[in-house]
Amino acid sequence: MKILFSIIFLFLLLNLKGRADENLLDELDSISEPKVEYETSAFKTTRIVSGHSIQSMKEGELEFRISHRFGSVNSGVDGFWGLDQSTIFLSLEYGITDWLELGIGRTSNEKTVHGFAKIGLLKQSKGEVNIPVSLSYFASAGINTMSWNDPKRENFFTSRLSFTHQLLIARKFNEYFSLQLTPTLIHLNLVPTALDDNDIFALGIGGRYKITNRVSLNMEYFYVARPTWNIENDFVNPLSIGVDIETGGHVFQIMLSNSLGMIEKHYIADNTGSWSKGDIHLGFNISRVFTLY
Amino acid sequence: MKNHHIIYAIFFISIILSANQQTATAQEKYVSKNGHIWFYSQTPLETIEAHNNQVATIINIKTGAIAFDLLMKSFKFKKALMEEHFNENYVHSETYPKCTFSGKIVDINNFNLTKNGKYKVEVEGDLTMHGVTKKIKQTGTLEVKDDKIYATSKFDVKPEDYNIEIPKLVRDKIASTIEVNVDIVYQLFEKR
Repeated sequence: MKILFSIIFLFLLLNLKGRADENLLDELDSISEPKVEYETSAFKTTRIVSGHSIQSMKEGELEFRISHRFGSVNSGVDGFWGLDQSTIFLSLEYGITDWLELGIGRTSNEKTVHGFAKIGLLKQSKGEVNIPVSLSYFASAGINTMSWNDPKRENFFTSRLSFTHQLLIARKFNEYFSLQLTPTLIHLNLVPTALDDNDIFALGIGGRYKITNRVSLNMEYFYVARPTWNIENDFVNPLSIGVDIETGGHVFQIMLSNSLGMIEKHYIADNTGSWSKGDIHLGFNISRVFTLY
Repeated sequence: MKNHHIIYAIFFISIILSANQQTATAQEKYVSKNGHIWFYSQTPLETIEAHNNQVATIINIKTGAIAFDLLMKSFKFKKALMEEHFNENYVHSETYPKCTFSGKIVDINNFNLTKNGKYKVEVEGDLTMHGVTKKIKQTGTLEVKDDKIYATSKFDVKPEDYNIEIPKLVRDKIASTIEVNVDIVYQLFEKR
């Protein structure tokens, strides 16, 4: 009997209580539509240091980049620790849609004209749809416009060409930390000796850590697999560390790298600079974004 | 054992009553899943405007309780770069994804929101954004028309109240008070 009474009492009490402090916010959670939350801004700009990041221009945005690498620090006072020399890369990069970026540029390194496309395939997301990584496909082609090494032999235009294919697999772990893996295939139509491979495989790993809202620390390394080694050249895997500083529409990237190159062929396939020997280059990238429409 | 019958009867009546009360509660609640909230920042140098069309909100016209829930990332800007900076540098949407408001209409007993008409109301409660909760009190209008409630409000929010830092470099481009506009069409809450 008493138990029954207490149950009734409890019921009445619960009814009353339900009225008194209803938590509407909890109720909102149950009615609000499930949403997909896309991750954005894994990196501050379209490059981690020299290599392409998962970021690309949004529809109607145009990026103008000025990239610069000085000579190596070990050139001493005679080369003013590298500042006497400079290698430059200028490029324009445009977002046709949010998932397609096209770019064109020229670097003084081998006087190469460079064109590329970056195509977004997957976007990291959580909520209704859970995708752990963002994925983009990157392809570029370079034309070496220098005069021929050996004008006497029969030279073909195709010998000037080199191609790069990359998968950019990035994950933004939290607000501060992002990591990217970059499997890379570089194809050189013409290689210096018969011992060299035309196809070079590499795996890049790059990351950033945000120190403040507008400053991040970046690092980038490419492991280059070379089945046969060219005897004359000691190729070295590129390792770069950099700092991104963002000021509104500009992003400044300042870096130290053992590589002079700014396009994939140059900094991955052709790099001979070594950190241990002091072939360290100071460099910077300046990115300016214009919203065209 | 007649007593038992009486107790059972009371028991069942109380269950029926509680069920009734729930349907009654549902009748009092109005919701919207795609409310519109937008904000302006106006300075001579730059106008910033962002719209969120996915605001979830609920109102209890009997008790006057009202709540809002939105994702910061759902604010859409004209310029993609602005949107990126908003989420990354100012409101830190990764760490604080939501903005919520939970409060009530002041003097709800003076209003009969079951009747058609336009009512000027005062709403007070807790606004939570960027990890900071502030008590606010703002005015708005509720227009009751044919089982729908049209709610509008316009008020100012100071970013610094919510620990949203605006660096010196861009202080001329971002207003110190942001104008917030609310435009919601509530419909009767029907449980699925």
